[in-house]
Amino acid sequence: MTGTHHAFRPDLPGRQEPTAGRAVSTDTPPLPDDTTRSGGDITVNGRITPLGDVTPHTTALEWLRGRGLTGCKEGCGEGECGACAVLVARPGVDSPTEWVAVNACLLPVAALDAQEIRTAEGLGSPDRLHPVQHEMAVRGGSQCGYCTPGFVCSMAAEYYRAGRRASPDGDVTGHDKGPNGFDLDALSGNLCRCTGYRPIRDAAFALGPPVPDDQLVQRQQAPTAPPRPVRLRHGGREFVRPASLPDALRRLREQPTATVVAGSTDWGVQVNLQGARAESVLAIDRLAELRKLMITPESIEVGAGLALSEIERRLAGRVPLLAHMFPLFASRLIRNRATIGGNLGTGSPVGDTAPVLLALAAEVILVSVDGERRVPLADYFTGYRRSVRRSGELIRAVRIPRPLAGLVAFHKIAKRRFDDVTSVAVGFALDVVGGTVTRARIGLGGVAATPIRARATEAALEGNPWSAATVAAAARSLRREGTPQDDHRSSAEYRAAMLGQSLLKLYAENPAPYEIAAVPGGRIAAATEHQAERRPRNERAV
Amino acid sequence: MSALSERPESPAVGAAVPHESARLHVTGAAQFTDDLIPRTKDVLHAHPVQVPQAHARVTALRVAPALRVPGVVRVLTAADVPGVNDAGIKQDEPLFPEEVMFFGHAVCWVLAETYEAARVGAAAVEVETEPLPSYVTVREAIAADSFQGAMPQLVRGDVETGLADAVHVFGGELEIAGQEHFYLETHSSLAHVDEAGQVFVQSSTQHPSETQEIVAHVLGRASNEVTVQCLRMGGGFGGKEMQPHGLAAIAALGATCTGRPVRVRLTRAQDLTMSGKRHGFLVEWRVGFDAAGRLLALEATLTSDGGWSLDLSEPVLARALCHVDNAYWLPHVRLNGRIVRTHKTSSTAFRGFGGPQGMLVIEDILGRCAPLLGIDPMELRRRNFYRRGQTTPYGQLVRHPERLDRLWRQVVDTGDIAARQREVAAFNAAHPHAKRGLAVTPVKFGISFNLTAFNQAGALVHVYRDGSVLINHGGTEMGQGLHTKMLQVAATELGIPLGRMRLAPTRTDKVPNTSATAASCGADLNGGAVRQACEQLRERLTRVAATMLGLNAADISIVDGVARGTGAPTGVEWNDLVRTAYFQRVQLFAAGFYRTEGLYWDSAAMQGSPFKYFAYGVAAAEVEVDGFTGTYRTRRVDIVHDVGDSLSPLIDIGQIEGGFVQGAGWLTLEDLRWNTGTGAARGQLATRGASSYKLPSFSEMPEVFNVTMLADAAEEGAVYGAKAVGEPPLMLAFSVREALRQAAAAFGPAGISIDLASPATPEAVFWAIERARACGGHGPTADADLAPGGAANAGHPTPERALRTVSHV
Repeated sequence: MTGTHHAFRPDLPGRQEPTAGRAVSTDTPPLPDDTTRSGGDITVNGRITPLGDVTPHTTALEWLRGRGLTGCKEGCGEGECGACAVLVARPGVDSPTEWVAVNACLLPVAALDAQEIRTAEGLGSPDRLHPVQHEMAVRGGSQCGYCTPGFVCSMAAEYYRAGRRASPDGDVTGHDKGPNGFDLDALSGNLCRCTGYRPIRDAAFALGPPVPDDQLVQRQQAPTAPPRPVRLRHGGREFVRPASLPDALRRLREQPTATVVAGSTDWGVQVNLQGARAESVLAIDRLAELRKLMITPESIEVGAGLALSEIERRLAGRVPLLAHMFPLFASRLIRNRATIGGNLGTGSPVGDTAPVLLALAAEVILVSVDGERRVPLADYFTGYRRSVRRSGELIRAVRIPRPLAGLVAFHKIAKRRFDDVTSVAVGFALDVVGGTVTRARIGLGGVAATPIRARATEAALEGNPWSAATVAAAARSLRREGTPQDDHRSSAEYRAAMLGQSLLKLYAENPAPYEIAAVPGGRIAAATEHQAERRPRNERAV
Repeated sequence: MSALSERPESPAVGAAVPHESARLHVTGAAQFTDDLIPRTKDVLHAHPVQVPQAHARVTALRVAPALRVPGVVRVLTAADVPGVNDAGIKQDEPLFPEEVMFFGHAVCWVLAETYEAARVGAAAVEVETEPLPSYVTVREAIAADSFQGAMPQLVRGDVETGLADAVHVFGGELEIAGQEHFYLETHSSLAHVDEAGQVFVQSSTQHPSETQEIVAHVLGRASNEVTVQCLRMGGGFGGKEMQPHGLAAIAALGATCTGRPVRVRLTRAQDLTMSGKRHGFLVEWRVGFDAAGRLLALEATLTSDGGWSLDLSEPVLARALCHVDNAYWLPHVRLNGRIVRTHKTSSTAFRGFGGPQGMLVIEDILGRCAPLLGIDPMELRRRNFYRRGQTTPYGQLVRHPERLDRLWRQVVDTGDIAARQREVAAFNAAHPHAKRGLAVTPVKFGISFNLTAFNQAGALVHVYRDGSVLINHGGTEMGQGLHTKMLQVAATELGIPLGRMRLAPTRTDKVPNTSATAASCGADLNGGAVRQACEQLRERLTRVAATMLGLNAADISIVDGVARGTGAPTGVEWNDLVRTAYFQRVQLFAAGFYRTEGLYWDSAAMQGSPFKYFAYGVAAAEVEVDGFTGTYRTRRVDIVHDVGDSLSPLIDIGQIEGGFVQGAGWLTLEDLRWNTGTGAARGQLATRGASSYKLPSFSEMPEVFNVTMLADAAEEGAVYGAKAVGEPPLMLAFSVREALRQAAAAFGPAGISIDLASPATPEAVFWAIERARACGGHGPTADADLAPGGAANAGHPTPERALRTVSHV
């Protein structure tokens, strides 16, 4: 299989190909005894289940099926179809714990040590259907039934989402949102080949609120068990969850070839499709030091280990350009695991965070046992899936400087509207002051071996009036940025055309006279929280 | 015996019941073939050794390195085959080939204790090959004269005269893409050998009898030594009609060679690179219209891409030719069919079975010619509909053509089409960068297997002493709700509640010699058989009830589980009746059989009446296209479809909607790409994963989706008056493609004809928009120096997909 087409899947800074026969360093700090081999366990459908004899690459899917929980299905093995979706209890944003749906096919089961999961079997039984299962069954939401348990899990996660509220008038608030507050995006990572989705949507939109004594609702009120250090060994391979970031960095210094895994949404694909195997896996997804979100007047610093869904919810639109990107980034199931650090760490030319972060002039904060350094993202990528990150370094955080640009947009061109790999992605961040483009940052994905800045186009815009003539000239420049290639997703000609068209589209949607400048410091003004609003000059309060 | 289509009092058919396995589906309790693995001891896992070359001769195969991998138990090769080394019935699909015929062809299989060991073992097998010339595209194969199978011709009238009499003659070319089934459950089989040496194969197959036949001939056994069971399939869509056989044979061969259960389950990548797909077609055509826009003559050559083996390519081509007419009267026709052999996976059955490709030809022609004729496409289509008394090009009377008019009127009325056309025009006038299109297209689809012999089915129904009923029939369940319908048929015929019935998994030792569950006629055929079995039982039990009640059996009916005389207040409960019948030594099980009557087909002459009836439908679709990118969304779809008198409305609505969306996927999104270059990857499927081959998702669902079944449409001559529904709705998706064509055209001046590549991906639509603009429309265009050959060039950047402009000939 090729390595590029699923490369947008984030995780793992520091992933390396496994080195056969490499001796495991003997002087790593000792880990608790109970974490070796037979010590791990997972609470599955309310029952504590020993992990047993698993390899670092044994997926949760394989593990569950091996235990007879065959409702968890493999449809694609690359996190695209959601037939393997299960619920994981995770620290919540709106409640102490929340049920989050993830792709079991991408997840090393060892990463679930000490966590709680629910499968479709654990939600209800044929004689006692869960409300989600009931709605799916009676409305014709299942035909062949193969994708169904995964849909049920994704739907249940949204059913239990603490922030889900019925709209007051009971009306459908849009194509993608039900009168019960159900956000269809929750199902964006699930494919059904039989139904055409209408009955599944009807089932989702028919769900009421969970009853207060629902076991899973009650579980949300108590905190999630903290991560515990783990070392699982199997036939010379090991899976390690370090206790802290310093612990992780020490190990990485000693074992620079360790495969660093966060969300595992990229490595999982390689395990399943390319047979990638690791001697040593270093799991960093639950390290507290990587899970911080810091907002100051000068910057917004996003921990590399935060899942994209968490960032999406916690930023709540504060960075409009990111807010535009999130719904187009893979699917909810992937965003629930994929981390922002991982998406940069893989260095994929079609990762969707990079064009946006390039436009935001973000910096990458790298950390090693020697300390930290900050690298502008524009200088970070050095070649196809290569970067300036050194052996022993991890991405700790991504720093987005403030003030944010006023006119922003994210254009992603792909065959399918949602959950598709980018053919071309363009992130725009422009300041237009007094009718002049005072600053332009444009990040591009899919048109070169790395994500790139469209520097010639930026120069063609900066200092010039925001006008049709400027934009036409800049669009001609933008068409010539990068070195687009032909592949199964698009022709090179289409990619080039789309670059130019994206700027023309941005202008058509925000024509002169146009004025939104950066908002200095503090919270972003409401006006910029939505996609590049058109603001005629005469209505502007300047 | 009552007429086949008549319904008794209080029938279970016609009730909107959920799928019989719905409760199992939603709780994860429903078992598919591979779910049996953790419940089976000592299973060996099989992994194919796929050769990464498009066409090559195997000069050496060294399996010893694989046997050195810990856990590897055996490598299956041609030497292990005691019977016939062929996975098909035409002797052109060697199970262990000496010649690699497509990129990824499996030449041998490794069996191991774990899947991981089998995978590593397969990678260790050494294959030496000598490359051979390969043809990847249809055009390459035509140029190399690489054809296979028959070259049928379907002729009526005199096409030259027709074209000579025509006022308008147009010619063109259409390239139709294939499609991957992408059933969510990949191919899987599990085989074991019992104490008597009999082989039992669990297989995800639409055609258990043929799976049995192939397994038997590979093993050199008689069919009575092989039993095949299909629990259920996680989708089939035609992809499991022929393709499971060889894989089941591998499992069975492994089981006989090792004495242990053997599991074959393909990963998605293996499934995509090894199993067959919908046929792509290349079509050249000439068409003649009279001054009023009526079709006078059509000549077309349909060349299908058969892939490496013949498989079902001949019947698929026959159905394609038989469906070029779709809903339209064609006085003079000459259709030529041929099949190329290319070095790709073997093309096979896929929902519609050639019908969609054939129908797309005429719909594409009408969509492209309407602007040139100056006739609104809706009017052009309606004007050419079949009228009463007219026959198809192959000579079958078109029964109920007036249903097309009814359906059309209903869609136009309930879809508020006239007002919305005005809205679309107003929107398009007001929006330079976005355009909408609204199109209405019809479907007429012939129901029955073209090959008359396949139109038979059997059933075996048991009534146990406690009154419970077990139904076996020859059809398989792949999500289409066949089993649900069969339960409803049996409950209706026996007059007892649905809850008393259970349906057993499909097994070849219960009902033999079954046809594939295919051609949409699973419910027609098996329903006929189940009904006939139940009818026998009902008659026997009614006679018992007659003695119990002291009535004439002719005056007794069983309704809601009670046998009683007409108008009588009391009767005999079903359970008592069954118990009494047992003690009277009345046979409480029955075999049912059904054959579709009145069919005739001469495959050499391509003439006859191969279809029991036609299923009709009409769809209206409205799309909005973004002029900057070619991306689009489906704003609204209105469908009225003719399912006769529905056996199971919830199931049938599901088939209509699901078929429509799958058809829209084929026509707009799903894009099979093969490496056509000359490098090492020549012939490789580029889109071999869910991340590169995109199925419709929620984002492709029409925002407004109104689906209605035609009322008062009972079909005489079909079980309980219901029509087949599996395939016909797929073709309703032509409306989306035609709407896209019209929206793209709206970027140019009025009256231009738009070529639209298939699938109409955003890129394809973008280039169509560019061509429209080049005719003098407005809006920003890509730079002339970047569009291939300049923006004015009518060609698509990929020559493979180029469409020749429609032109007066």
